[in-house]
Amino acid sequence: MNILVVGLNHKTADVEVRERLAFNGEKLSEGLLKLGGLPGVEEAIILSTCNRVEIYLNVKEPETAFDQVKAFLSEFHGLKSAALEKSLYLYRNLDAVRHVFRVGSSLDSMVVGEPQILGQLKDAFEFALEKKTTGILLNRLMKKTISVAKRVRTETRIAENAVSISFAALELARKIFTDLPEKSFMLLGAGEMAELAAKHMMNFGVTKVVVVNRTFERGCELAKELNGRAVKFEDFLHEAVHTDIIICSTGAPAYVLRKEEMQKVMRERKQKPVFIIDISVPRNIDPETNDLDNVYLYDVDDLQGVVDANISERQKEAEKAETIIGEEIESFRRWMSSLSSVPTVVALRNKAELIKKEELEKLINKFPGLGEKEKKAIEYMASAITNKLIHPPTVALREDAEDKDVLVAMIKKLYGINGDEEEK
Amino acid sequence: MSVLLFELSLTFYFAAAIVGIVELFKGTKKTSNFVLVFAVAGFVLHSATIVVRYTVSGHLPITSLHEASSFFAWCIVVIFFFLEYRYRIDLLGPFTMPIVFVLMLSSSILPREIKPLSPVLQSYWLGIHTFLAFLGDAAFATAFGIGIMYLIQEHHLKSKRLGGLFDRLPNLQILDEINYRLITLGFPLLTLAIITGALWAESAWGSYWRWDPKEVWSLITWFIYALVLHARLTAGWRGRKAAILSIVGFLSVIFTFFGVNLLLKGLHAFV
Repeated sequence: MNILVVGLNHKTADVEVRERLAFNGEKLSEGLLKLGGLPGVEEAIILSTCNRVEIYLNVKEPETAFDQVKAFLSEFHGLKSAALEKSLYLYRNLDAVRHVFRVGSSLDSMVVGEPQILGQLKDAFEFALEKKTTGILLNRLMKKTISVAKRVRTETRIAENAVSISFAALELARKIFTDLPEKSFMLLGAGEMAELAAKHMMNFGVTKVVVVNRTFERGCELAKELNGRAVKFEDFLHEAVHTDIIICSTGAPAYVLRKEEMQKVMRERKQKPVFIIDISVPRNIDPETNDLDNVYLYDVDDLQGVVDANISERQKEAEKAETIIGEEIESFRRWMSSLSSVPTVVALRNKAELIKKEELEKLINKFPGLGEKEKKAIEYMASAITNKLIHPPTVALREDAEDKDVLVAMIKKLYGINGDEEEK
Repeated sequence: MSVLLFELSLTFYFAAAIVGIVELFKGTKKTSNFVLVFAVAGFVLHSATIVVRYTVSGHLPITSLHEASSFFAWCIVVIFFFLEYRYRIDLLGPFTMPIVFVLMLSSSILPREIKPLSPVLQSYWLGIHTFLAFLGDAAFATAFGIGIMYLIQEHHLKSKRLGGLFDRLPNLQILDEINYRLITLGFPLLTLAIITGALWAESAWGSYWRWDPKEVWSLITWFIYALVLHARLTAGWRGRKAAILSIVGFLSVIFTFFGVNLLLKGLHAFV
């Protein structure tokens, strides 16, 4: 019983290699069944996403399994194994468990903390369950991975902060306004960046869109596309009075909005808060506008700063997550170790039962005159003796110990249990 | 009996305040639930304390500074529960339960004996006037907590440093709205408290207004909150300015409550 992880990810392999190794659609079920049928492979799961291809196995012979899997991959995907060699990594037993836990908890992801990987892992597991290529060990590993990932997500804040500029802008908007979908939204400049940002905002429910552009026609086009309304550039300040969120990218060489103008706008809108995102370079909105009460102005650098801070925050949280994973590996190790002694416990119990049965038969044959009551009493005593005798070794076997293998071997020797009997 | 109940509720409020402060530094869902559980436990015992004292003395127990700060704290907890129920915003506990605890602590170190009520005070106005005053003050106290939350969150957004409490503090709009609602609740209560106080003064001492320090400071407080509401409606003083004013207003409330009694002497000397 050995857990093995063979795989490659965005750190070890280029996208060309990852593409060629991906198990998509039909290939997944075919690959999984072939893999499960390899000699010595008892259980198998394939996780294939755009950033990683990983194979989780329970094998009899870990020494030969790696070459076996490599050969399988190069044959299945028609790749030279030399090309694979430098991309593949291999983890065994507890290292493998740690790796799987880290993948599920999104610590191994390109964007640490991204939530998709857990879903992908669940899908891979369910698919393998459906194809019946998993058993007790990998099932337990997968279930544990899912619970570890959930624990990491609730006990650390690894997935909480936005790590892209447009998400950062949205996160900020949510900390300024309660009812984002009700807010009116202005695009100042109809460039590609503004359009992208607008679409992003609209994905989150913002509907009232106004497009202001120097060339009014282009503004109209974009407004139509966004289901909004176009306003002439000259009327922009007038419109700003009714606007809660402004995204600006006009490409103008100088400021299009100064502090004094914004102050007037704020007075007219009775100081209702405004969130301004200036993604133009050079900046189009006077940075001093941010000094006004209830105006929140962010330029590209500010947003990038937010993103960078969030990324380093995530790294800090990732350290906490590693500690959690350490604890969980320990509990998994204990479970695996109890698993390794189960056959011996069973064999010991069987042996004791067999002896008891034989000796009882002998005795009853020798004294045919025994009544039912006496027979019961003798049987009861025999059971009590055998149970009491095998109780301490059973407990010792179930206990978690460093030198478990030695103990198992010793008990087998002391009680005369050989390998064959164990299999029963 | 009432001593034991009081000490127990003080202990639970202490636990709620401490867990609340811990929550500010390293919070999870669990800690915020603990704040609420401790607050509820404290509140139940606290209510029992008040009931016991009421049955012993025969009137609403707010005739000594000890009883008054305890009742003040009780009103804040009522408003805290209402806000929790109505808005479910994060971190409200850490910003209100410490106020409750401090009030209870000052109550606990003040003399506790039940003094016989002087005849001038034996009137139905006692219950009405003080209840209105304390409920109003409690609304201002929570507005103070919300105002601090607003200023912290606003500072995060303005300075563009989004660490610390940024993630867990609610958005500015909701904080501003709750702050405004609380002041629109507290202000009419304070107004009514001043009016009923004047009526009571007339029946007890024969004149409506005597410029005693408590009356003066209540009036100052009243003007501060009148300014908050007026500036908001006419000049759009919302957000940061409103938050700052609600903090100033509460300091005035606290001075009216403790300062006047402890530093200045006047007709309200009993409370």
